[in-house]
Amino acid sequence: MQTVDLQETGLRALNKMLHAQSETTNQTAWEILNPKGAHAIACGLNAPIEVTVKGSTGYYCAGMNQHATVNIHGSAGPGTAENMMSGTVVIEGDASQYAGATGHGGLLVIKGNASSRCGISMKGIDIVVHGNIGHMSAFMAQSGNLVVCGDAGDALGDSCYEARLFVRGTVKSLGADCERKKMRPEHLEILQDLLTRAGSDAKPEEFTRYGSARNLYTFDVDNASAY
Amino acid sequence: MCGIVGLFLKDKALEPKLGEMLTAMLITMTDRGPDSAGIAIYGGERAGRTKIVVQSDTPDLAFAGLDAKIGEVVGGRVTMSVKSTHAILDLPTGTTAKVRAALAGFEGAIRLMSRGDSLEIYKEVGLPRDVAARFDLAQMSGTHGIGHTRMATESAVTTMGAHPFNTGDDQCLVHNGSLSNHNSLRRKLRRDGIHIETENDTEVAAAYLTWQMQNGLTLGDALERSLDDLDGFFTFVVGTKDGFGVVRDPIACKPAVMAETDQYVAFGSEYRALVDLPGIENAHVWEPEPATVYFWSHSQAPTRTEKAA
Repeated sequence: MQTVDLQETGLRALNKMLHAQSETTNQTAWEILNPKGAHAIACGLNAPIEVTVKGSTGYYCAGMNQHATVNIHGSAGPGTAENMMSGTVVIEGDASQYAGATGHGGLLVIKGNASSRCGISMKGIDIVVHGNIGHMSAFMAQSGNLVVCGDAGDALGDSCYEARLFVRGTVKSLGADCERKKMRPEHLEILQDLLTRAGSDAKPEEFTRYGSARNLYTFDVDNASAY
Repeated sequence: MCGIVGLFLKDKALEPKLGEMLTAMLITMTDRGPDSAGIAIYGGERAGRTKIVVQSDTPDLAFAGLDAKIGEVVGGRVTMSVKSTHAILDLPTGTTAKVRAALAGFEGAIRLMSRGDSLEIYKEVGLPRDVAARFDLAQMSGTHGIGHTRMATESAVTTMGAHPFNTGDDQCLVHNGSLSNHNSLRRKLRRDGIHIETENDTEVAAAYLTWQMQNGLTLGDALERSLDDLDGFFTFVVGTKDGFGVVRDPIACKPAVMAETDQYVAFGSEYRALVDLPGIENAHVWEPEPATVYFWSHSQAPTRTEKAA
């Protein structure tokens, strides 16, 4: 286990050390102390290492992640795991706005609540939120799965494409061109797998699926006000 | 981008350290606003007395004998303490309007920073660290206060463009964001006789609140109404004699984090600003909801609309 005190080492030196790890590194476990809400902690990792941040983080923690597992033992600031490509990010507390935005792959688990715009423009990432999510979540979501064990805020899935949205609780309102969909056996299977990997004991049958009504895909003058 | 901090003390034992805690929070937010900084601090209320804080770019000229001159205007005892470009004038209650009118006739282009029984506003151009040192903010005690670090987008970097803005007796406003309808709203408010000095968007928001309150609304209701009438991005923190309030626009893309313990309620644009507060590890930390007006007050339990405001 490599332990780094961020207050002593500094952010750039820490990230440089993490970036220097290759696919074959034997320093696979890292612990970061005293994050104190700093920005861009463990950003741009590209090796199968496990990084545990002991405390709360600021903007863009674990952004652009590839292969690594990042655990945040606290709450996370805006843009956490933004544009993640692969790997796993687990937030023990709450996440601020646009968690997992534009993510292409990997798994983001938020054990508390997520704020607004969770999964905005997601492109293949899987996101599991144990609590609630805020307004405008999954806006323009293109692919991947967003699983919400609690409630969703206003305008869920506005202008979304082919992402699958699963909500166990209530949805305050659906965004433009987002609709309730039938849950088929393959969806229950996807959902069970994600819930298991995210450490949730919620039952897939308790969820409702939402997705694109596909009315805004191509220009239609009758929809002009919705674009 | 801009940075906001706020601290409302529940534990009286912390009052002597308010300035020190707020200053540390303010300096942490330098990255979000290195252009200018300001702080509004509440405390030191005395029966029968009120105060104003004034500023001049030529303090030696402007503040020489100012207390005696104002003493003549009000026909009573006036005391003054000068801190860098600012002077705090302690006046008999009910004389603020008379003094304000007289200031325009004095030398040294004296400008009013704040008025109220307990409010003092200090603000200047420069890094938060330097502004805080200039006014010895860390030494100040008080019951609550708010601070702001500015990254200017809508108007020039000047003292008068710095936050907080005084909106009424013992009331002030700080803003993170930008308003897009401030020009038309400024024209409308000026037609209604509201004094607006600069081209700054936040000054318009402050003037808007003043105008609504002159027309009989409470501060809480004026903030509710601002959600309809102000177009743009905003996280506002307002200071009142009894506490502070928070409101975010419905899109809420300007960040806001709150923390509450038995000792205090704190506001920060980022969690970073809160990390050195006592007991933060076990504080209740959350983000205020969009389009929702919050108030914390010494006079009553937390509520959506401020009774006293």
